[in-house]
Amino acid sequence: MNTPVNTPANTPANTPARRRVKPGIVAAIVVLVGAFGWLIWGGLDSNVVYFLEPHELLAKGVSGVDVPVRLGGQVKPGSVKWDEVSSDLQFEITDTTGMIVRVRSTGVPPQMFRDAMGVVVEGRLGSDTLFHSTSLMIKHSNEYRAPKEGEQPKEMYKSLMKVPGA
Amino acid sequence: MTRLVAVDALWFALIACAVGGIVAPIAIARGKRQWLPFAQAAVYANFALVTIATGAMMWALATHDFSISYVAQVGSRATPLFYTVISLWGALEGSILFWAWVLALYSAIVVYTNRNRPGNLVPYAASALLIIALFFHILLVGPANPFHLVSPVPLDGPGPNPLLQNHILMAVHPPLLYLGYVGMSVPFAFAVGALLSGEAGSDGWIRLTRRWTLLAWAFLAAAIIAGMWWSYEVLGWGGYWAWDPVENASFIPFLTATAFLHSVMVQERRGMLKLWNINLVVGTFALTILGTFLTRSGIISSVHAFTQGTIGYYFLAFIAVVLIGSAILIAGNSDSLRTDGRFDAPVARESVFLLNNLLLTVFMFTVLVGTLFPLVAEAARGVKVSVGEPFFNRMTLPVIVALLFLMGVGPALPWKRGSIEDLKVKMIPGTIVGVILAAIVLLLGTRNVYGVLAFAFAGFAGTLNIGEYVIGVRARRAAHGESVLTALRRLFGANQRRYGGYVAHLGIIVVAVGIAASSTFRTEREATLKPGETMTLGKVTARLKDVWGRNEPQRDVIGATVELLAASGEPYAVLSPRMNIYPMSDQPIPTPDVRSTPFGDTYMNLMSFREDGSSATIKIINEPLVPWIWFGGGVICLGALISGWPTRRSA
Repeated sequence: MNTPVNTPANTPANTPARRRVKPGIVAAIVVLVGAFGWLIWGGLDSNVVYFLEPHELLAKGVSGVDVPVRLGGQVKPGSVKWDEVSSDLQFEITDTTGMIVRVRSTGVPPQMFRDAMGVVVEGRLGSDTLFHSTSLMIKHSNEYRAPKEGEQPKEMYKSLMKVPGA
Repeated sequence: MTRLVAVDALWFALIACAVGGIVAPIAIARGKRQWLPFAQAAVYANFALVTIATGAMMWALATHDFSISYVAQVGSRATPLFYTVISLWGALEGSILFWAWVLALYSAIVVYTNRNRPGNLVPYAASALLIIALFFHILLVGPANPFHLVSPVPLDGPGPNPLLQNHILMAVHPPLLYLGYVGMSVPFAFAVGALLSGEAGSDGWIRLTRRWTLLAWAFLAAAIIAGMWWSYEVLGWGGYWAWDPVENASFIPFLTATAFLHSVMVQERRGMLKLWNINLVVGTFALTILGTFLTRSGIISSVHAFTQGTIGYYFLAFIAVVLIGSAILIAGNSDSLRTDGRFDAPVARESVFLLNNLLLTVFMFTVLVGTLFPLVAEAARGVKVSVGEPFFNRMTLPVIVALLFLMGVGPALPWKRGSIEDLKVKMIPGTIVGVILAAIVLLLGTRNVYGVLAFAFAGFAGTLNIGEYVIGVRARRAAHGESVLTALRRLFGANQRRYGGYVAHLGIIVVAVGIAASSTFRTEREATLKPGETMTLGKVTARLKDVWGRNEPQRDVIGATVELLAASGEPYAVLSPRMNIYPMSDQPIPTPDVRSTPFGDTYMNLMSFREDGSSATIKIINEPLVPWIWFGGGVICLGALISGWPTRRSA
């Protein structure tokens, strides 16, 4: 059996039998932990992004204006307006309550973007009642499922498949 | 048949772990040391049995045995064999099986390599490993059973998650992560062994633990870098880190393990921080289980979270057992964990290690709080929130910059008592390099404070770490008249741990420079082009040649052929960003194409295309120094390898 002895040559012989905890050290730790907690809390408070549906965002009224939000819902069928020249995309997001938020997004919409699909946009509601989105994501369920008949993306690019591969 | 063999093997493994796990404590308590070989045998038997079960699963995947639930869930006849076999870790149940296998492998290695070690430490540690394995076996025969019988047997399956069969790094990142994550079980087991056998105050367990922690740490570092690379190559946004909960889950235990690798030196050298170190070991292990809980329980939706289920409660219960059990053991050993030494002077290497541990702990807590906050907020207040990059960047960048600074100061200071004057002299070259780098970055137009500071301190720390080699080589040349190369080789030979550590430092610095450069100087442009049209981003001019499509057995591929043009108008490179469309997914999987040079990447993604091929939207991102991150990851692992390489002396 190994003898549990650990005596580096430099160990001072006068190791105190009981460690006295100095009040100064305790105070320093309390101050440090407090400051750290305060910093984290402040950081969280100003950087948390709420995930809301249209009715929740609209219910916030003025306090929902110009704060970062992730807005989730369904693209209202027939509402999509896409201007290819200026890369300007506008559409409406709706939820089960039927409330609507108009969204404006710059940049090309994702390939499979279309009516009635679930989306999440990140951005801020402007005072012009338009939601200015900086990123547009397709919301898909975590469990992948095969698309139903008619929503096969295949149908959409059939003609391309005839082009010989480069 | 395959199914029955595997299920039986798992049940026998469960029994072996349960019996083997309690044999050693009973044998030691009753003084029946002749029983101890049974515990050893249980470890080997567990390894053999889990290997059979894992092999059976790989066989079932390869042969498309859809009567087995896991195969029916992730298999598909169209998926290439390679991706079929690696989908072993592509979903919940298979990944738990793989976890159990890695743990069984490590346990067998631990018991075998320490078979002649006297004392009770190793038998207790083997018990702890068997009990951990028991937990995973309970999952495997219960909520995460991959071997359910499917009836009627489907003719084909959906195939793995498209994101997970789109890139070769899927074969690299998960195994590395498991080797790292599960590797942290071994130091924990040694800590339990040391506490139970009364050796917690001695150096023996620390020596055993240090090398295992280093090994697991290196695997974890490699896994994190490989995960960043995967994200860069597959997700199509041109980034590699987003403070996503699953990224954080792998990073949090890495921080505590890094803290341990440093503070353990203070314990070995000075006999201090024993209590702290044992807490770091326990904490790191608990954080790997917490990480598994976060990524595997479905509580956070992401590519890693496969399913919702009851499995989360098992993990929470296990974490509670680990923490409470460890706290009781540590409290019972408080006498032997008392410090032997004391700090002599504020200017000494141990002070830097102390600060380093403080900062790493703050870092860890920040990431942990940011990761858990959305869960707590949803549970407590019913609101859905996300904690975004601004929080993590604002909170962690100061810490990262300070850590870079310490990384330079630490190696330059001696143990026990250093002098400020010596330190100042040593810091001069590093300070000059840091100031020059900061000036260059400012001249290039950066006004981001942390961007500038990161470059400055990375330059500072890099110079000081290289300086340690210069000093060492000079001393050897003066003393022995050796050539530079001989002196460098003998320097590593004489203190491989220290000089290997500096190599790891240099790797971290290279990674830091890559991250700082690519986040401060990144530029991007998106344009919709018709074939023949060009777009320009900085020095890169790209011309769309054509848009094409092709069928592959498991997917359809749409691609764009884009030429990069030199000033003369001649193409010097061709990039083919693609979209892969899998039948089971309602959206295409981006497959960007990257042209790498040592100074940076041209990253190109196909954003969308006209269905008749008449135009395509291309995004080009200029990513300076991104390859440095992958290269730096390799250097980190090389450093760990040098540091931990077994030598005759240490054996």
